[in-house]
Amino acid sequence: MSADAPSPESVSLTEHVTSFALAAHVTGTCFLGETAGFALGDGRVVLRLGEEAREIAAHAGAVQVFTHDAKALYTGGDDGRLLRIEASGDIETIAHEKGKWIDAVALSPTGALAWSAGRSVKAREKSGAMKEITAPSSVRGLAFAPKGYRLGFAHNGGASLWFPNASSPPELFDWKGSHLDVTFSPDGRFLVTSMQENALHGWKLADKKHMRMTGYPAKSRSLSWTHDGKWLATSGAEACILWPFADKDGPMGKAPRECGVRRARVTAVACHPKAPVTAIGYDDGCVLMCRLSDGAELLVRRASSFTGAISALGWNDAGARLAFGTAEGAAGWLDLPPLR
Amino acid sequence: MSDKIPVTVLTGYLGAGKTTLLNRILTEEHGRKFAVIVNEFGEIGIDNELVVGADEEIFEMNNGCICCTVRGDLIRIVEGLMKRKGKFDAIIVETTGLADPAPVAQTFFVDADVGAAAKLDAVVTVADARWLLDRLKDAPEAKNQIAFADVILLNKTDLVTKEQLEEVEARIRGLNPYAKLHRTQKCAVPLDAVLGREAFDLERILEIEPAFLEDGGHHHEHDEAHGHGHDHAHEHDHGHHHDQEGHDHAHDAKDAASASAKAHSHGGLKHYHDEEMQSVSARIEGEVDPEKFMPWINELTQTRGVDILRSKGILAFKDEPKRFVFQGVHMILDGDLQRPWQEGEKRESKIVFIGRHLDEAAIRAGFLACAA
Repeated sequence: MSADAPSPESVSLTEHVTSFALAAHVTGTCFLGETAGFALGDGRVVLRLGEEAREIAAHAGAVQVFTHDAKALYTGGDDGRLLRIEASGDIETIAHEKGKWIDAVALSPTGALAWSAGRSVKAREKSGAMKEITAPSSVRGLAFAPKGYRLGFAHNGGASLWFPNASSPPELFDWKGSHLDVTFSPDGRFLVTSMQENALHGWKLADKKHMRMTGYPAKSRSLSWTHDGKWLATSGAEACILWPFADKDGPMGKAPRECGVRRARVTAVACHPKAPVTAIGYDDGCVLMCRLSDGAELLVRRASSFTGAISALGWNDAGARLAFGTAEGAAGWLDLPPLR
Repeated sequence: MSDKIPVTVLTGYLGAGKTTLLNRILTEEHGRKFAVIVNEFGEIGIDNELVVGADEEIFEMNNGCICCTVRGDLIRIVEGLMKRKGKFDAIIVETTGLADPAPVAQTFFVDADVGAAAKLDAVVTVADARWLLDRLKDAPEAKNQIAFADVILLNKTDLVTKEQLEEVEARIRGLNPYAKLHRTQKCAVPLDAVLGREAFDLERILEIEPAFLEDGGHHHEHDEAHGHGHDHAHEHDHGHHHDQEGHDHAHDAKDAASASAKAHSHGGLKHYHDEEMQSVSARIEGEVDPEKFMPWINELTQTRGVDILRSKGILAFKDEPKRFVFQGVHMILDGDLQRPWQEGEKRESKIVFIGRHLDEAAIRAGFLACAA
């Protein structure tokens, strides 16, 4: 628990990093094929292919929320617009919630889309059929179940699961407090929320058994499942905290694993799509890659606090490239060298 | 730390003139850019790109503190605004006319992310000179807003007589002797009377003397005609101090409980007690023992925090060269060692509370027992 910097023997990948300045808070980043996309706090979306950068004035305010699939990124702004932007720069306006902010956005594996603005939650099937529901409070977290057309949304007092095409009301998973982000385990057995109270809360869907995951010194707002779905990597501590979800009862009664322990707070996590490796971003701007089997660390980006906390991390589908961005507008990507 | 965005909270009962003040702030030439969080979206006809509509979503924290409520929407919006850092210099939060200011204020102390990004500057309450007396009788929210304020704009003074004005002002002073009070018409005040007050800044709790017995000629009066001749020299040290030792003028608990809004004459100016809401101040002409004081203040705010709206204090701790200052909202206390006591400065200890049904005698006795 004492390392200030990666241990001397840790290998550095910094020479494989391309860095550039974007001059605004990086809300989210991803790869669309070879093009890296960055959604920014001044409303721009920057699409960068090699040296070529293309700027799109997407939103009148800030990009508040972000998600993506293989073809496009989806940005929700405080101008109330929800946009779909392809690597080509083509823009489609999906929604315009006048006078509101888009507070959350989520995609399903089958291409359904959901967003929230205040207490209004909308779900749109790929066919375009749209359903709306009013949540008990503002919704800041949305997630589709891995299977079936079912949407989870977090709110004050718990999370609810909603079948947009069913007439039945959403099913409440209650737990006192304000719930922020929400995610399903990839096997669909567990629902996990981040909370106002520096904790995560989980439910086993089958029996609604509770799981309290506490001990964070700050809110845990970045959640990422490992490629095999066995661990949930989380931000909010001075290490990446990984909770075990492989067993029948998930993390109940078990201690989490820690990796990337430093004297800086973890602000973003992103698990590698194919290997037991997690990318970890810190509030001092440092980025590490950490192998879960033995905790071995690789330095991706050195700490540089004046460039801000890491606010976004994203792998490409192959897991060969990692993009990052900071709260102060620094950004870049890592091209992993070929294995020797 | 220094680049935290200052936040001004505007409160005031329905129709008092909050929107007038807001419009005034936004239209005046000042070169500053504001992010404005409003509740009645669309009411403001101002070309300000950063007007955010909010629903006052108040929720309890799970920290065991029964009065610890925060504004969830404010946490969300401040967090979102930080993505646009550099595009604005200050945040103004306009509350609804029926709002309790406490959850807004507590949000800045309870939520670490909000507290790291923004700091509460002052609670500014607009009061209607004509209707406030009625509202104090029938609307607990109006009383809360006056008691909670750092700055009070007693507005629409042109609609009342001089006598009525003095009556309502005395009534305000009975609830909250510590706020800066400005008499206004159409909320005409210089912006620095309401913005950049740093009333919640521990470094700036310089003066906690009640000013409510100041003589009549020294009001901070503002109207359209006389423009902005605001004189800050008036702000401190007015006349005699309230209820210090050797100056006991029936300001005890028995009296406070005996009658509602009881007026008594004092040096020619009317002076009111509110049966429900009072302020209590106490002073020790010397040092206090932190080993006694800290447990006492913690116990007091934990047990009586529901009733204590605001608290402030400047203390001389034994063998401590620096001043200890604290302030609180309900059960939440924020305290720190501040600048050193200056040479020639009198090392003394003062506390003030504003709240409901405060046991003045017990608070004073409890504090005096903390003397070093």
